Amino acid sequence: MAKTTDQSDYLTDAEKAESQSAVNTKPRYWEHRGNRNNMWRVLNFVLLAAGSLLILSPLWWMFATSLKTMAEVMSYPPSFFPESWEWSNYIRAWRAAPFTTYTINTITITTLVVIGSVLANSFIAYGFAKIPFRGKGIWFAIVLSTMMIPGFVTLIPQYVLFANLGWVNTYYPLIVPHFFGSAFYIFLLRQFYMTIPTELIEAAKIEGASHFYIWWKIGLPLTKPALATVAIFSFNGAWNDFLGPLLYLNDENLYTLQLGLAVFKGQLSTQWNYLMAGSLLVLLPVILLFFFFQKYFIQGINLSSGGK
Amino acid sequence: MGKRKLTIRRKESIYGYIFIMPFIVGFFAFTAGPLLFSLAGSFTDYNITSRMDFVGVENYQSLIVDDGLFRTSLWNTIYYVAFSVPLTTLGAIFISALLNQDVPGIRVFRTLYYLPAVLSGVGVYLLWMQLLEPGTGMVNLLLGWVGIDGPNWLYDPDWTKPSLILMKLWSVGGSMLLYLASMQGVSRSLYEAAEIDGASRWRQFVHITIPMITPVIFFDVVTSLIGGFQIFQEAYIMSGNGEGGPANSLLFYNLYMWNQAFESFDMGYAMAMSWILFVIVFVLTLINLKLAPRWVHYEGEEK
Repeated sequence: MAKTTDQSDYLTDAEKAESQSAVNTKPRYWEHRGNRNNMWRVLNFVLLAAGSLLILSPLWWMFATSLKTMAEVMSYPPSFFPESWEWSNYIRAWRAAPFTTYTINTITITTLVVIGSVLANSFIAYGFAKIPFRGKGIWFAIVLSTMMIPGFVTLIPQYVLFANLGWVNTYYPLIVPHFFGSAFYIFLLRQFYMTIPTELIEAAKIEGASHFYIWWKIGLPLTKPALATVAIFSFNGAWNDFLGPLLYLNDENLYTLQLGLAVFKGQLSTQWNYLMAGSLLVLLPVILLFFFFQKYFIQGINLSSGGK
Repeated sequence: MGKRKLTIRRKESIYGYIFIMPFIVGFFAFTAGPLLFSLAGSFTDYNITSRMDFVGVENYQSLIVDDGLFRTSLWNTIYYVAFSVPLTTLGAIFISALLNQDVPGIRVFRTLYYLPAVLSGVGVYLLWMQLLEPGTGMVNLLLGWVGIDGPNWLYDPDWTKPSLILMKLWSVGGSMLLYLASMQGVSRSLYEAAEIDGASRWRQFVHITIPMITPVIFFDVVTSLIGGFQIFQEAYIMSGNGEGGPANSLLFYNLYMWNQAFESFDMGYAMAMSWILFVIVFVLTLINLKLAPRWVHYEGEEK
């Protein structure tokens, strides 16, 4: 105690003042720092909030337009809120084209595509992840390299192939290729399989189980989260596919929702209230799927970056 | 004993090939076979009904020398890629930097920003056609609020491609999530060390965050370049069912190829086009791979 007093006695007045002010400014410095942090956070929040209004506004606009009368759609300046809420637009839009048929067709194709994608890609990925065999490295490199090939290079020959098989105007060209795996999903599932300990599979093999049995009884259940991701992505892909149906389907009874919407646009031209009602109905399943299964969407993205 | 081990290994090999057999069959039937067919077909006058008659490099020659529309479509596509790839990359990095902070409601924000990325297809294209209507659409209404007299978007040849880029920017959420995931993987200790050294937030972002996420930037740029060159569906719908838009300003490469193959049935010609595109994309990817070591930083690797 005495010693400290001694020490302070050695300091000149100026030094004393300096040390005093250092004591005083130090908390102020941190306070200042905290304020700056808070300022950043407020700015960050404001930017995010303004941005989300911008991001959401097209969807609100779609909803609002779908409820307007034709006169209001054409009026200038347009407004963000419909004067009268014409829910009947939805019924009229639905009845203006055979949307029920389109929906059944789309569900049929989508269901089969999802089943094919989940089973085939899981089967192939198990082989790449859990069975040692010669030439595996080369084949996996081939899998990855197919991702670099622009789809249009193979589109025309594939059309010729399917035309020769008599598959034009059937659903086969839209479904069958999905039963042979695709690079992105194989890669994604293989990444997930790699996290399953090999001991588990070795143990099952010692018990006398075959690889088929292990894939079916152990592989499939353990990779459920990744399979959910594949299911959702391939659902989304098949539901939104426009190119495939446009190329292969001529008969209007076979049309999908995407093709139907394009035809609908051709007929209605600028009747935006009905067009938006129809579009919203077609997008609705995807929006609902997103809100219920969000984590599987995000997981797929994280897995696809390969943790690199 | 040794023999038994060998048979086990061979048995495993057979199993391995059984498991990847669907891919192998699909690869030959839907990728390798078609690739060879289209390479061969690009030197013929094939039109699906006729025999394939060898015409040498005639298709390639007339594409490069005579075909003005080919050049238009290539120019349109390069324009689109040159603007959309950098803009979406920067946009995604900027938004993910904002979303990588601890502010109230951050989970809700992340969901909202990602939502447009999962929406695609004709419904979205129709929505944007309405949003971009010069008189009755939302975009020009919003621009009017800040005193800007909005352009005629899809009706003006100068603004059709920016229209599509704007639509693309709306759905940057997919790559944004990639960046966000990689930003969250950056070790806290790096920022703490920088904080002690008194580095500002901006310097921390430029000198820590950006270098640490360069592998993802690389991945994103490579895939969106490949994807950008293949733009088709939005152009087909938004240019009035494949007509190419005002003054052919939306006649993208694949759209022109589609019209050649499935409207004029000039398939030999279209297949030659597809190979030119393949070479362009391949070369660009190679350049990217070559340049990568100069700016992509992989952790655990010094210099």
